[in-house]
Amino acid sequence: MALEKITQVAGRGVYVPGEDLDTDRIIPARFMKCITFDGLGEFAFYDARSFAKADGQVHPLDDARFQGASILLSGSNFGCGSSREHAPQALYRFGIRAIVAESFAEIFFGNSITLGMPCVIASSEDIRAIAALIESDPAALLTLDLTEKKISIADTDFPVTIADHAHEALVSGKWDAIADLLEGLDAVKSRANALPYMAA
Amino acid sequence: MSKTLLDKVWEAHTVRTLPNGATQLLIGTHLIHEVTSPQAFGMLRDLGLKVLYPHRTFATVDHIVPTDERVEPFSDDLADAMIKALRQNCAENGITFFDLPTGKQGIVHIVGPEQGITQPGTTIACGDSHTSTHGAFGAIAFGIGTSQVRDVLATQTMALHKPKVRRVEVNGKLAPGVYAKDVILHIIRKLGVNGGLGYAYEFAGSTFDAFTQEERMTVCNMSIEGGARVGYVNPDNTTFEYLKGRPFAPKGADWDAAVARWKATASDADAKYDDVVTYNAADIAPTVTWGINPGQAIFIHEKVPFASEVPEKDRATAEEALSHMHLKSGDPIKGTKVDVAFLGSCTNGRLSDLQEVARHLKGRKVREGVKAIVVPGSQGVASVAESMGLAEIFRNAGFEWRGAGCSMCLGMNPDKLVGDQLCASSSNRNFKGRQGSPTGRTVLMSPLMVAAAAVTGEISDAREVFGVK
Ligand code: SF4
Repeated sequence: MALEKITQVAGRGVYVPGEDLDTDRIIPARFMKCITFDGLGEFAFYDARSFAKADGQVHPLDDARFQGASILLSGSNFGCGSSREHAPQALYRFGIRAIVAESFAEIFFGNSITLGMPCVIASSEDIRAIAALIESDPAALLTLDLTEKKISIADTDFPVTIADHAHEALVSGKWDAIADLLEGLDAVKSRANALPYMAA
Repeated sequence: MSKTLLDKVWEAHTVRTLPNGATQLLIGTHLIHEVTSPQAFGMLRDLGLKVLYPHRTFATVDHIVPTDERVEPFSDDLADAMIKALRQNCAENGITFFDLPTGKQGIVHIVGPEQGITQPGTTIACGDSHTSTHGAFGAIAFGIGTSQVRDVLATQTMALHKPKVRRVEVNGKLAPGVYAKDVILHIIRKLGVNGGLGYAYEFAGSTFDAFTQEERMTVCNMSIEGGARVGYVNPDNTTFEYLKGRPFAPKGADWDAAVARWKATASDADAKYDDVVTYNAADIAPTVTWGINPGQAIFIHEKVPFASEVPEKDRATAEEALSHMHLKSGDPIKGTKVDVAFLGSCTNGRLSDLQEVARHLKGRKVREGVKAIVVPGSQGVASVAESMGLAEIFRNAGFEWRGAGCSMCLGMNPDKLVGDQLCASSSNRNFKGRQGSPTGRTVLMSPLMVAAAAVTGEISDAREVFGVK
């Protein structure tokens, strides 16, 4: 399976502030009653968006100025909680192609990389600075460059980091592990044969 | 030697190193349920792949099952489609399914241990973050996403990076009325909700040595709430005793051989850890959450904190939590009015949880106006509890006695909070909207504290309510 080498993601940005934004908030459990991931996009951050509406406010994801944004910025421990792949799937199907945060929960991070959606880490000051630039010019183009490990907006570069293995997986087009795993099937069987509890 | 259990299990299950440096790790036991598996089976079909080890794959249905009216078709069409999809996927692939009519259905993390499928020295994966529960047996157990469910179905392996190990030691005896749930809430409060990022937690020390197998499960269950994807306890006689005679446990001569192997998987006395933290059991009191993540926890006699008291990086979340919970800083948490009491979940829905509560609840009544429900973690737990007369004690007290499932832990079935109801809950997550209502409020606590809240209609110290000494 040849996958696209992901070295760069370019698009407009949207800032959803907050720490510990958990998977129940990214996609409330009641929208997980489904047997495919299709159509999950519209439920991304559903409750937060409807709360904002009820309060007469506009959630960033509904803000006309940020429509079509594909790079999401947020705070620390993003995606904590459930292992539900519905969370990154909902964001991806909403149109998000990369996430920049102060830190990521582990399972969410892995699930996102498997979708080919880079999750990179930036400092809280830099995230705020980028957010301020987006706010002043929502049409400004953000470019996440994985090769250079930086994100640029309006001629300013900000450094980002990403775990080496995830970086390698993305830029080499091996972000979905299934092909590699399938290549090792003979070794899998001999390993399994060595473990008594694996016997049929 | 000098190896941890994690080192040994990792070594025994390593298939090879992948080109990107990750380990292709053999997953001995794969548990699946209706929410995170249908898409994975779909992906498998799209790729033209088969389930490689159907006999090492086990299924149950837990998240969406109604706990009252269990006649099919379910009134919720989507829930009905999900159980049917699982049934069909299992039948087509020859996978054992602990379906509703088997009498063995229940929450996946309760069924695995109960059936003796969860064993020391093994690797386990499930498309559910609380898979860490199985670590209580000295297994290395991971919560995984749906694409990884596909990987494990097709190859019985996944690509993983070896975590570091932090030994979390708790020593001494817990005071009466203080439970395993309080221990893990305390640990998360101290280490933070993302303190475990990149780590496996090895829970150890004399408190854990003295714990029953079910108490160990309660702690390992919530490892992920502290950011640690994996949590485990070294296997010992308590573990072996629990497993002996269970349907999928080894029998006869195989049993002795298995026990010998299991013993050898425990961490060596001189094992090297990446980090060690130590707590005293005597310092832990009944703990309740006040906020919207499990780390926002205080002892029952403490006051709701001011946002200004928490570290700066947690301040915004603290403010958000106070406003969501309608709690006032400086007020005692004790005395907060409760609308719903929920006893159940993979954290605290096991027989010993129900026994401990029933022992104290006998002869008491749920306060008028409080909706109180008990949801046994499995049909197995339910039937033993019924035969022991526990169900009757709960019913007489005014609790609704329900069928097994996840229920109000996440409100994917009809059991949901309404509006901004406040729920005293024995579950593991107090995230906004977790219990089915976007404005619903969750306060996590031990099962006996839930019973105390049900009886008094407010958050209470169970030791006072039930005279626990
Ligand atoms: S009881 Fe709650 S935490 Fe456990 S598996 Fe079910 S939904 Fe998840």
